[in-house]
Amino acid sequence: MKKILDFKLLTNELLNQETYLLGLECTEKMPDIKPGQFVNVKIDNSPETFLRRPISIHDVDYENNILYLYIKMLGDGTRKLQEAKAGDLINILLPLGNTFTMEYTEKPLLIGGGCGTAPMLYLAKDFYMKTGKKASILLGARSKTDLLRLEEFEKYAALYYTTEDGSAGEKGYPTQHSVFEKESFDYIYCCGPDPMMQAVAKLAKEKNIECEVSLENMMACGIGACLCCVQDTKEGHKCVCTDGPVFNIKDLKW
Amino acid sequence: MVDLSVSLNGLELKNPVMTASGTFGYGEEFADFIDLSRLGGFIVKGTTIAHREGNPYPRMAETPSGMLNAVGLQNKGVDYFISEIYPRIKNIDSNILVNVSGSNIEDYIACAEKVNELENIPGIELNISCPNVKEGGMAFGTSCASAAEVVKAVRGVYKKHLMVKLSPNVTDIAGIAQAVEAEGADSVSLINTLMGMAVDAETQKPLLSTITGGLSGACVKPVALRMVWQVFNAVNIPVVGLGGIMNATDAIEFMLAGASAIQIGTANFIDPAITVKVVDGIEDYMKRHGVSNVTDLVGALKA
Repeated sequence: MKKILDFKLLTNELLNQETYLLGLECTEKMPDIKPGQFVNVKIDNSPETFLRRPISIHDVDYENNILYLYIKMLGDGTRKLQEAKAGDLINILLPLGNTFTMEYTEKPLLIGGGCGTAPMLYLAKDFYMKTGKKASILLGARSKTDLLRLEEFEKYAALYYTTEDGSAGEKGYPTQHSVFEKESFDYIYCCGPDPMMQAVAKLAKEKNIECEVSLENMMACGIGACLCCVQDTKEGHKCVCTDGPVFNIKDLKW
Repeated sequence: MVDLSVSLNGLELKNPVMTASGTFGYGEEFADFIDLSRLGGFIVKGTTIAHREGNPYPRMAETPSGMLNAVGLQNKGVDYFISEIYPRIKNIDSNILVNVSGSNIEDYIACAEKVNELENIPGIELNISCPNVKEGGMAFGTSCASAAEVVKAVRGVYKKHLMVKLSPNVTDIAGIAQAVEAEGADSVSLINTLMGMAVDAETQKPLLSTITGGLSGACVKPVALRMVWQVFNAVNIPVVGLGGIMNATDAIEFMLAGASAIQIGTANFIDPAITVKVVDGIEDYMKRHGVSNVTDLVGALKA
């Protein structure tokens, strides 16, 4: 069941110049949240940012009732949210959207690019909790300073990474990483910029690997009412907020 | 005790709060957040005779105190509504109206005839004001002659409450309202969205795939209030007011300007529980001002 809940901001940590991590304590019991789902966050009532902003779920600490959001400052809304102070109440609509398919296979690969790494931590953690095994995770970044929260990812996954400038990991894009030559995977979960996801989808098709991607279209309501966030799929326009955000690449026109 | 009930020319509402088509899905999207039976009524997504895919993405842009949309009447057609959606929502204890749209008069008639057969749909909202479709839609609502023509045709086949949704993108909305009243409309609702446009200076591109779209939200309220007032003074049928209603105070303002009932649109996106808060807020206002019947507020502007 979807809820509108107030969360109390506990921590607001700037991870690099444009990325921050919010720790938000739920003022009620945390709803059950699945990997791949997202939240719709109220920013303020100012004329520029009165609509909610959809943000993917980075981690959930049920024991301490804390939701973690890993956010990149991309526009006015995400910049204003970064100014929130400990103790502030933030109104959140959650949990929204479908989930990654969690019928876990033997050897999945999680790929995250840019702020698309956000939902991959909770997915890796869920895989680890359910199977007792570490999934493989491949992160793509522009530079070393964009590779964030690596120690957290390493708790639950075997970690690989690329940077575009070669400052850490292998130089290039995730799809160029040597892990694809050394190991074989039976499922890919991916989130990142569109060109990266399309490159991953192409690779998955060539290697005949099942592949799911999490899309990030602009939204208003987040609950399937306004029909603004549609993705053109083989079955026509689908709402990213309710039919997604996770889509199997077989259903997309990529 | 205060009486919130309203009669719209025979359509009985338990309170004046309805929702605007295209902002409330089929009602069921909001069932997690509110008790739908607390609403005076709700108007489901624009429905056409045939399936429509709507316009390409991007379809939405946030603008100062408003949003532009260019959805373009995406829906699976009236037959899908009747077979798949109607059975799920028909027993909700509220007035469910279907927003009916078309590309030509024959489509409007065919769609209205089908909806006429649905026992638990007490009315339709005839959409002659959608700015986001190439054919039909707003084209019917921008001249008195074409508005009269489509209303006359639908009135011939549709026997229940016929609400006509008017476009603000006209020079004389009162004249259009009079034209549809003369052809048998039971009520008018206004305003649909205002035609607008947004540009990204950096990329030098429009923000919508269709370049232009429909503006809604708080920024349109003064225009909507003015038009409700003008139409209220020009017709004898009830006026349903909408356009930028974000809270109960806004709703009261529309009633004072002449609206017998109101619709909440864009505000549903920000707070999915806003509708019931507006119902409660109207009740509070009436108690504070010693108003026993909500209908006493209609057109009570001290001008």
